[in-house]
Amino acid sequence: MHVSQERYGDALVLTPIGRVDNSTTDGLKSGLDAYVASCRAGGNRLVLDFSKVDYISSVGLRVLMLAGKEIREQGGSIVVAALQPVVREIFEISRFNLVFQCFGSVREALTKVSPTALAAYDSAHGT
Amino acid sequence: MALWVTFWGTRGSIPVSLDSASIRDKLAHAIVAASGKRLDTQEKARAWVDSELDFAVSHTFGGNSACVQLDAGDDEHVLCDLGSGVRAFGNHVFTRDGPAKANVFHVFQSHLHWDHIMGFPFFAPAYVPGNRIRIYGCHTNLEEALRRQQDPPSFPVPFDRLGASIEFVTLQPGRSYDVAGWSVTAKLQSHSGDSYGYRFVRDGRIIVYSTDSEHRLDVPEAVEGAATFFADADLVIFDAMYSLAEAVSVKEDWGHSSNVVGVELCQLANVKHLVLFHHEPANNDERIAQIWRETLRYEEISRTGEPLRISVAYDGLEIEL
Repeated sequence: MHVSQERYGDALVLTPIGRVDNSTTDGLKSGLDAYVASCRAGGNRLVLDFSKVDYISSVGLRVLMLAGKEIREQGGSIVVAALQPVVREIFEISRFNLVFQCFGSVREALTKVSPTALAAYDSAHGT
Repeated sequence: MALWVTFWGTRGSIPVSLDSASIRDKLAHAIVAASGKRLDTQEKARAWVDSELDFAVSHTFGGNSACVQLDAGDDEHVLCDLGSGVRAFGNHVFTRDGPAKANVFHVFQSHLHWDHIMGFPFFAPAYVPGNRIRIYGCHTNLEEALRRQQDPPSFPVPFDRLGASIEFVTLQPGRSYDVAGWSVTAKLQSHSGDSYGYRFVRDGRIIVYSTDSEHRLDVPEAVEGAATFFADADLVIFDAMYSLAEAVSVKEDWGHSSNVVGVELCQLANVKHLVLFHHEPANNDERIAQIWRETLRYEEISRTGEPLRISVAYDGLEIEL
């Protein structure tokens, strides 16, 4: 699984692409692990852009849970944005929507996590 | 030959009961729903309740702890676990057969936590001479656990005063045994103090009883082991006590699983029918019904092969195979 990365101010936006199941979860894990350590108090704010994920299984959700736990323990923040309708349903069925703040879009997430990042995002996207 | 599975107790951890506020809410809901209907006889009212009201309003999922009966129409009875539901089963046998008939009971214990043994002191056939009870399990302290809960000061009748002939049989996991017409194989499961699932085979039909088991789908060997144990089962009775989010966070290592993992494992193992079992005692009827609806939807979303039938266990549910 490919995970692309964009930086906006003090926020990192990671975008996994494809279906997250038993055969692709390792890719999601390595894509997240590369940045988890930098997401601490005063460090990067992490936004997971799920707009290109069309399914996530329990194993993939567990990877998110572990990453979120580590980031929160080191004082950082992680939020989820742009869930496709089916993946939003999976978050609700699994109750992951109670563990992760979910936003309708990356811009909406940045509005919440960092004014600096929002300004950088708007500048980059001409909004 | 028809096989029947009857659920006498389906709740996890501790028995619960409906409280007065819940009954009042159900009545209020039903009365509003019946507005304008002409339900002037008991028969009409019952028919309307059965056809028009949601199960969570018209019934309850019940609150007895684990006890499941496998019935192939034989004289000898086969049970899984001795939770509080076994009391109702014992009373059913008395009502049907009368106290004079000598019966044989074969009981397979998943483990020895209290909610899975607490019904035995209230199992009326245990008090009747002539009855024979064989209790099977993989824990070496099986007999000790059953005896201890009847020692003073916990219970007024010591184990040795029970009138029935009671035997304990230690099983080896992974080995197949022939008991009362069933081929039975136990499998070690992840749970505090260990638990064991049972795979029952009879006349080409397969029933798996797998409760109090935590599944780690990120561990390939564990997935393969569970999938092999569940493989091609006609029915899997599955511990779906927690949500996935609970099971992989605050309640990780608590030894239970989720509806989401149940669906994924059963799909992987080509199971025909999944039964959600060992309900969280904090969940009321409405919440359990919601979990059932969500599980049906998750099965649709994650399906890659044949549809998986999904039921939710309740005290009194009977499933024919």
